[in-house]
Amino acid sequence: MKRRDVLKAVAAAPALTAPALAPSSAAAQGAPTRNETLLLVQEYGPNSLDMQGIGSSQPVNGVALNCYDRLVKFKQVRVDDVTTSFDINALEGELAESWQDASDGTSTTFKIRADARFHSGRPVTARDVKWSMDRAVSIGGFATTQMNAGSLEKPEQFVALDEKTFRLDYLRRDKLSMPNLAVTIPFVFDSELAIRNSGGDVWAKDYLKNNIAGGGAFRVEAWRPGTETIYIRNDDWKNGTLPKLRRVIARDIPSPSTRRALIERGDADISYGLPPKDFSDLAAAGRVRVSAVPVPNAIWYVALNSANPPFNNVKLRQAVAWAIPYEQIMQASLFGRGVPMWGGPSTPAQLTWPVPFPYSSNIARARALMAESGVAPFSTSLVLDAGTATIAEPMAVLVKEALAQIGITVELNKIPGANFRGELNKKTAPMVINRFGGWLDWPDYFFFWNYHGNNSIFNVAAYQNPAMDRLIDAARFAPNAPAYAEAVRGFLELGMQDVPFIPIAQPFHDVAMQRNIGGYQFWPCREPDFRLLTKG
Amino acid sequence: MRGLALRLLGSLPALVAVVIVTFILTRVLPGDTATYFAGPTASAESIAQIKAALGLDRPLPEQFWNYTKALVRGDLGMSLTTGQPVLKDLLARLPASAELTLAGLLIAMGIAIPLGILAAVKQGSLWDHACRIIVTAGVSLPVFFTGLLLVYVFYFLLGWSPAPVGRLDAFATAPPTWTGFYLIDAAIAGDWETWRGAFAQLILPAVTLGLFALAPIARITRASMLAVLGAEFIRTARASGLSSRTVILTYALRNALLPVVTTLGMVFSFLLGANVLVEKVFAWPGIGSYAVEALIASDGAPVQGFVLTMAILYVLLNLTIDLVNRALDPRARQA
Repeated sequence: MKRRDVLKAVAAAPALTAPALAPSSAAAQGAPTRNETLLLVQEYGPNSLDMQGIGSSQPVNGVALNCYDRLVKFKQVRVDDVTTSFDINALEGELAESWQDASDGTSTTFKIRADARFHSGRPVTARDVKWSMDRAVSIGGFATTQMNAGSLEKPEQFVALDEKTFRLDYLRRDKLSMPNLAVTIPFVFDSELAIRNSGGDVWAKDYLKNNIAGGGAFRVEAWRPGTETIYIRNDDWKNGTLPKLRRVIARDIPSPSTRRALIERGDADISYGLPPKDFSDLAAAGRVRVSAVPVPNAIWYVALNSANPPFNNVKLRQAVAWAIPYEQIMQASLFGRGVPMWGGPSTPAQLTWPVPFPYSSNIARARALMAESGVAPFSTSLVLDAGTATIAEPMAVLVKEALAQIGITVELNKIPGANFRGELNKKTAPMVINRFGGWLDWPDYFFFWNYHGNNSIFNVAAYQNPAMDRLIDAARFAPNAPAYAEAVRGFLELGMQDVPFIPIAQPFHDVAMQRNIGGYQFWPCREPDFRLLTKG
Repeated sequence: MRGLALRLLGSLPALVAVVIVTFILTRVLPGDTATYFAGPTASAESIAQIKAALGLDRPLPEQFWNYTKALVRGDLGMSLTTGQPVLKDLLARLPASAELTLAGLLIAMGIAIPLGILAAVKQGSLWDHACRIIVTAGVSLPVFFTGLLLVYVFYFLLGWSPAPVGRLDAFATAPPTWTGFYLIDAAIAGDWETWRGAFAQLILPAVTLGLFALAPIARITRASMLAVLGAEFIRTARASGLSSRTVILTYALRNALLPVVTTLGMVFSFLLGANVLVEKVFAWPGIGSYAVEALIASDGAPVQGFVLTMAILYVLLNLTIDLVNRALDPRARQA
């Protein structure tokens, strides 16, 4: 069958549609042509249209990014001829036209764009911003946790001064507060529309899960969970350059082989999420463009449970760190799609995260440390997530083989996604292979989640060390740059010394696209930004 | 008629048992729904909030009572993986699975029954061996392998088949819903372009399924034909000088069909739920992949809804098979 050249306007009543469509000039321009329509294939799509809602899956970030606006956004930084990334320390206005810090540093006041309107046609007001922020800190779940990470905790912090002026009051001095406004969580709802349809629920959870009530550059034309999401441009968008694409079809294609065939045959414009082996082949073949961004703040690691024997022995942990076959893992499990995190100097080369640790594969040294540790040969188990098995399983097998050489017998324990989180929460697994990266790319942010004694779910190693906690806290709220640098150096060195986590590599975020696709933008949430993509 | 009603009534205890067993299974299985859906940076409080919202913090009998009450109202609960009511998901996906499975079954029947007859009539001949080889290949090749192979050859290499992106090309529009079967709906709407599109998308997954379903049908047809061909009434028919065509098709086949129909019913219900891998490879939005994804996420409601739907379908299917058997076999009518 030949694909149709001319698109038909969607006539069928879709399962779910965005209500209250503003009169759009799209009709006057005619239906979007194939060249103005992007076909993206991904493993799975959104399970909600509300990123603040509890239980929203990763692709919902893309809905928040494209269909809603935030006060501010990160400044774009060109990486290479395919990819643009961002500078987390430089912010630009999205809904905010300008902002001003108070002279005493206790608040920031935002002026909202005069021409900013919702899809309903109503102007965006400071009340909408306040309602949305209140919602994010009150609704619970991931949204609230993420807001709290930037010391945005209470509704009293958000003040609507007048129609177009919004003030954010700080609870404490926190360098993450402002950048945290640019991640996908604190987006702005059309609060009147949401409240009108809330059915009595104070945060209109059910309504917003199935409907867009915002003013972003795209609207959701149709959402068929598990099959596809179709976005259509909001032609009246004023909070940035009008997107080139007029329509985006995001299809859920579960099989990676099928996704690869679609991109290689040229039927899909962009393929999100292929296994590293496929990306490495595609990159080598050179027929499609491959964007590779080292995921900021993220590493693949082997965690050793430092709260329980035998891995509460620091010499033993170091022995394991010297035994890991890093180079083989990079080749056989990541297919080179990552930045090595081994073989660094004994003190961190730069004060960033991730940074190469001083370990490398040296079995003699591992055996010596094993002897020093006084631990007799033993058997243990290594837990990995079945959902990431394409990468984690070969990694685990290589670790198992290497540790056998120093007298540690490892049994692999592959656990399906739902149980994996539960397993992490128990904090009893002796060894875990996992991947983590924070949205806000600061070393102290990573260390706060993973190494701090408050024992978040990500402190997989159950690592407890008061000295470490002091250094992390000192860095988070450091009054000046030298104090910050000193604290960061301190906890990086302590992390290298104690090795509850053995970093393997910083993974690439790989996206494959046709040669005629341009404007690929990488954001912390990793979802594609349709506002900037171009075709043809 | 009365027998029919009695039979339906008789299947009620089985359905009740299915409801109880799936409820207990989804609760007993390891895996924590709340933790999974609390997302990556979940705190203990947010997990507790989700637990409370889902009613998972209540004692089991109370949960079961609430579940049954909702069930009576036709409410199968919410799916956390798609964020939609389970009933709506199942109603949207069941026709997709049914259309694919029926098409697969038709292909399998079209090949397997003639092949089985030929193999039985010409036992030990080349046909018989061909039948054995095809059947063995059909069962021993895993469906995802056949699926991927067909995609590779007919889509990737030859470009004859459309992109395997589900029931319709991404740029096509689904026909207005009457039955949920795209081929029927498009025909009703008179939209032949969509019909051709849906048909083209259906061919590869249906052939994949058909190859898999060949084996049991061909084997049963062959065995059953052999048994009937050896029977005395066939010898009598032959001795009476009836043509071999009449003997085989009119007398033997009709009698041999009974076990075949029963097998067809079983194969159909089995395929409906078990074609997960075909659905994955061809991005087919069916109920098999729906249930498996829910299971991986420890999402109980869709799993319960799926099992219940399958149980109801199975009951109805058995009923249909009985009716067909009665039509074919006068003895069954008297029983």
